[in-house]
Formats: sequence, C-alpha cells, structure tokens
Amino acid sequence: MMNMKRLTACLLAVLMVLAMTACGGNNNASSPASDAGNNGAGTGNDTPAPAGTVTIKVGGIGPLTGDLAQYGTATEWGAQVAVDEINALNGPVRLEFDFQDDTGVAETGVAAYNTLKDWDVDVIYGTTTTAPCVAVASETFADRYFQLTPSASSPDVTANKDNTFQMCFTDPGQGAAAANYMKDNNLGSKIGVIYNNGDAYSAGIAQAFIEKAKELSLEVVATQTFPADTTTDYTVQLNACKDAGADLVFLPIYYTPASLILAQAKQMSYAPTFFGADGMDGMLDMEGFDKSLAEGLMLMTPFNASATDSRTATFVESFKKLSGDVIPNQFAADGYDCMYAIYEACCEIEGIGEMDHSQLCDALIAKFTSGTFKVDGLTGTGMTWLESGEISKAPVVVKVENGAYVNA
Amino acid sequence: MKKKLSKTSINGFINYGIVTAAFLILQLMIAQGMLSNTLKSLLVPVCCYIVMAISLNLTVGILGELSLGHAGFMSLGAFSGIVTAMALPEAAPGLRLVAAVLVGSIAGALGGVLVGVPVLRLQGDYLAIVTLAFGEIIRNIIVVLYVGLDEKGLHITTNSAGPTLGEGGVMVIKGPMGAVGVPKLASFAAGFLLVLITLFVVQNLVASRAGRAIMALRDNRIAAESVGIHVTKYKLMAFVISAALAGAAGALFGLNYSSTVSSKFGFNTSILILVFVVLGGLGSIRGSIISAALLYILPEMLRGFEIITKARMLIYAIILIAVMLTINNPALKNLLGERDLSLSGLLGRLKSGGKIKEKGGAGQ
Repeated sequence: MMNMKRLTACLLAVLMVLAMTACGGNNNASSPASDAGNNGAGTGNDTPAPAGTVTIKVGGIGPLTGDLAQYGTATEWGAQVAVDEINALNGPVRLEFDFQDDTGVAETGVAAYNTLKDWDVDVIYGTTTTAPCVAVASETFADRYFQLTPSASSPDVTANKDNTFQMCFTDPGQGAAAANYMKDNNLGSKIGVIYNNGDAYSAGIAQAFIEKAKELSLEVVATQTFPADTTTDYTVQLNACKDAGADLVFLPIYYTPASLILAQAKQMSYAPTFFGADGMDGMLDMEGFDKSLAEGLMLMTPFNASATDSRTATFVESFKKLSGDVIPNQFAADGYDCMYAIYEACCEIEGIGEMDHSQLCDALIAKFTSGTFKVDGLTGTGMTWLESGEISKAPVVVKVENGAYVNA
Repeated sequence: MKKKLSKTSINGFINYGIVTAAFLILQLMIAQGMLSNTLKSLLVPVCCYIVMAISLNLTVGILGELSLGHAGFMSLGAFSGIVTAMALPEAAPGLRLVAAVLVGSIAGALGGVLVGVPVLRLQGDYLAIVTLAFGEIIRNIIVVLYVGLDEKGLHITTNSAGPTLGEGGVMVIKGPMGAVGVPKLASFAAGFLLVLITLFVVQNLVASRAGRAIMALRDNRIAAESVGIHVTKYKLMAFVISAALAGAAGALFGLNYSSTVSSKFGFNTSILILVFVVLGGLGSIRGSIISAALLYILPEMLRGFEIITKARMLIYAIILIAVMLTINNPALKNLLGERDLSLSGLLGRLKSGGKIKEKGGAGQ
C-alpha cells in the first residue's frame, strides 16, 4: 500500500512537472523579447505630453504564453511599434498601451479584459485569437467598449455586436477568395485540403473553401485533418492527397505545421502546388527553416515584409529593434494598422477629451462605419469597414520565388 | 442520552461556515464597490473549480483511485448544459440555469458510468489510463460535432457543413469553433449554491455507511472485501457522483462565457484540477476548497506586478513546485511534528494551537 502511494506521488510529480514545463518553456522563449517590449513602452511613456493632448488608453489582449504565444507577441510588438511612432508625432491624441496575456483561452481572456478595465482602459485592442475574442467581445459589447481585433477572423467575433471590428479578413471570406483565385487562374484540377480541425481559424477557412469549391465545380479529391498545431507527423494526410492524385493542396493553417508538411512532402517526393492562407505568412523567417522547401508556395497575405516602400521598411526595422531581430509577419502588420486606425479615428472625433469609454465607443463606431473614414496602412490602402465590423480590403496572393514573396 | 456531534460533522459545518462567510464578505465588498473587476470576473470560475476540486477529491482522495480525465466530465456538462440553456430561450434565466446544471450533471454521471463500469472492476492504475483517454476522446468528439436548433428540435451531425436548419434556427455547437453566442446565465450566487450542494453531497456521503465502505476500500481492499463490501458498487458510486458534480460545474462554467471550445477541457485542465487537490491535501475537502480558490486566483493576481507580469506563468509554476516541495519535505515535517503539511493540515494546526494531532484521512 505504501509503495502504491509512493508510486502515485511520483507519477503525479512527473505529470505536474511536465504540465508546468510546457508553460515555462514557452515563457522562456518570449522573455528576451518582452523585455524589449517593456523598454519600448518605457521610452514611449517617458516623454511628457504637451498640454491639450488627449491620452487614450488602449488595452491589448493576446496569448503571450502557451502554444499560440508567437502570434500574441507579434500583435503586441506590431502595435507597440505603432504606439511609439504615434506618440513621437506629438499629435492631438497620445496612446497609452498595455498588453495582457490570455494564453489563447476564453476564460483567461475575460480575466485579462477585466484587468484592463481596472486600469481604466478606453479602447480594447484584440484579442489575437478567435475563441477568446468571441468571449471578450460579448463582454465589451455589454460594457460598451470599442474593440478592434488584429487577427481574430471568425465571423462569430463580430456577429450581433456593433462595437467589434476586424483588421483581418474573415475566415469564410478568405476561403471563398482562395477558391475563386484557384478557379480563375487554373491552379490545379484535383485539389486536396489539409486543415487543423481543432482550430476555429483553420476549420472556418477550410469549410468555406470546400463549399465555394463545390459551387465553382472545382474538384476536391481529399479532405484531411489533424487535431492540433503540435502534431508533428503529416505523412498520413499527405499520402491520402497523393493517392487521390491531388496536384494542388490547400493548407489553411498556421506556418508552424505548414513548414513540417512542406518538409515531409519533399521527403516523400510529392510535389503539388501548395496554397496557403494568411496564417502561413512568417514561415520564411522561421528559425532553421530551409527556404528552398517553400519554393513555389502560394499564399494569401496582406503583408510582405520584404516590400520596398519606405513605410514597410521603417516598420520592419523598428520591429526588429523591439523584438530582437524577429522579422514581422502579417499579425504584427495588422496590429500596427489597428493602432493607426484607432489613432486616426480618435483624432477626427471632436470633444474626445470629455468622453467616457461608452461615449467614445459610440463615436468610434460612427466613425468606422461612416464609409468616409479610410485608413492607409501596411496591409492595405483605403481600408474601410462594413456595418458588420468586417473590413474591406483587397486580398493579395503572393508566390515564393528564390526565398522571397513576389506578387502572383 | 444526549447525542454528541461527531468530529466529522463539526468539520463539515466548519466547511459550510467558511464558504458562506466568504460568500457574504464578497457580496458585501461588491455592494461597497471594493472588489476590482478582475476579482469579480473570477468569482464564478472559482466556484466551478472549487466544485471540480471537491469532486475530484472524492475520486482521488476518498476513493483512492487516480483520475486524469476529470475535465472530460466538465466538458460533457458544459456542452450539454449550453445546449439545454439554448433550447429553452423562453424560460426564466434562473430556470434555464437550473435545467442546464441538472442536465450537465446527468451527462457527467452517464460519462462516469460509461467509464466506471468496465474499469473499476480492475485493480491498479487502469482508471488513470482510461480516464486520460476518455478526456481526450470527449474533446475529439466535440470537435467534430455540429449541433443546431430550430423549431423542430435538435439537429446533431458530424458533417462539417452542419445540419440544415429551418427558419430562425441557430447553431449551438459548431465543431472546432465550439459553442458561441451563449447567454451569460451564471452568477456568483448560483456558483455559491453549487459549492454548498457539492459540500452537502460529498460530506454526507463520506459520513455515511457507504462513505465508510468507500474509505475502507481505499485503505485495504482485501480486508474490505473479506467483510462483504461490494467493491465495484461502492467504487462506482463514488466515481459517478464525482463525475456528476464535475458535469454540474462544467454547465455553470459553460454558461459564464459566450464562447466555449472543447480544447479548453484537455489534459492540462485535468492536471490543473489534480494539482488543486494534491496541494490542498488528498482527502481533505477544506484543503481542496482553499487551494482551488487561491491557486486559481494566483496567476491573475500576478498580473498586478509590473516586473513579473510577463513571466507570470513561469512564476506560477515555480510557486506550485515550491508549495509541493514544502508540504512534502520530511525535514520540515519532523521539525513541526506534523504528518500533513497541506493547507488544511496547517490550518488545523493553527486551530489546535500547534498540538500534534492524529489526522483522519477524510472529513476535514
């Protein structure tokens, strides 16, 4: 009996350590950069505000720890770059920025939102991922806070809420756009789809794509799923696509699993055209990723870090300084654009200094849905928003050639 | 002859008292506006996790079987509760909540029977393995489940296109997108009541004849069997009650957020609850309550410190390990002359003025 107990105790200890190191490991990965984030915030706030300026407190929420930390930190740093730039402008509005961790989970997201409420937040920026965003959006809707998310792309985020807006494309919109593009450009006759059925983003795009493909009479010969982004073996899914004779494989997934799929497809010498969605952006800059694997890969992304226009170049440079040489992806660019959208809207609102958060919310909603309010950013020019909270901007398809994006 | 209250029932009343006092103090603070938004938003989930910890303690501490899939029962309760609440849009909010919690606990109990009947006949660590698998199976089933609701009733399908719904129909569970658009029906008062009910059920079970049989099975299975205790029956009783309570907690949890995804109720959540139970003290109900409340609030409170806010999950993990090492440190135990250094043990020692006391396994 005593031995049993001891065994159980040991087993428990091992399990606990395993569960905890999982969190701890990710934390380590993000810590050097988050120091940089703190420094950035410090320099931004140290300059005293000139008289007559209004300070708007923007509270961000996203995963800084856990499996999705890389996306949360990208949106945090992207926004931080914009906040530092905006505050250096000495315009009529200054932004004060705080970013809270939600670990990509709804309950933690709501707790993070309440922490921001205690900080007297004016505008909510986030959340980065869909599931917590839906939960937080229903809270902000009830409490009347304006919310702009850089990357939570499900239509559920904005459904039945007038206060929530998106900077990214919606999942169904992206799936349909991908199908249209494939049809128009005759990319392939037999299409395979591999997606993560444990993820709202991936499943949302895949389902809309399959539906649209049926409508356009594109032939989808294989639909394969995997349960989580931590999956490491995709040979079963790739073999199914290969056996079905797919010459075009649609991967509406994030870049971490996609990089493994590309590597494993090469190992089994299966070379269809791979086509990705915006979650694929960032793959080329992954540490230790062999860029030749991505040769010929097509993806839909609103942002290209190697673009030569001066705004992108400045952004990439400031971002690298802040993040410790990480190259920004579209999550970061969407975050950057969110801050400018909030800033430009706030600048145009009269009497903003006397407003509380619910008046500001109504004023911002009116501004965003006015149709005349347009934002030029890194991910698009002349971006406007629909009443539903969806953004309207043009999708861009790029192709990887010689390790860099070129417009396809 | 005057009937004296037993030590177990006094301990039970102390637990009711602690929970009620905490509830009243918190209500007073809310009324005075002294509670921050962060803490207010944590009240309902804390109640849910307390119920989860007490119910898991029934399996792990009192029955002595290791369960690694407690979040699976929570998941069953959450999603069945959400469907129930959505299916009764006309009813009063209180009624919807009660119906959801009832259905949630029934779903949890059914899951408990399903797992328990084959597994609890075996000896050894099989329950741990099977519950671990069960938690994952539930998660994966809900990921492919599409549940819609229209005037004709419930439509359930695993087809990713979803069921075809009549006019005015709503999708309740959308596979990987989980349940969205859930009305926020849960309240702190409901959570408090659920904790009281859980305490009532578990403490009375432990104090009853059946409870003594369950603990006898834990302490010495062969001896218990030899005096005629029906092993499977009592094991199943404890396990199913534990699963039902977890289902009820899940229903309350699901109705506190407008979106719930099944990946939330994975292995990590099961382990988190097990950590609450182990650090609170196996078999100690009061310990479970205290450790669930403290350890759930801790990572949120760590946000408050500017320097450590970025590394708060790391610090949380370190604190857990430190607590674990401290309560299991033999040198410390000898020093204090105490066998149990868990939270409840420490409290008990404070109460008895540092006297060395013999600790019974259960009923604290």
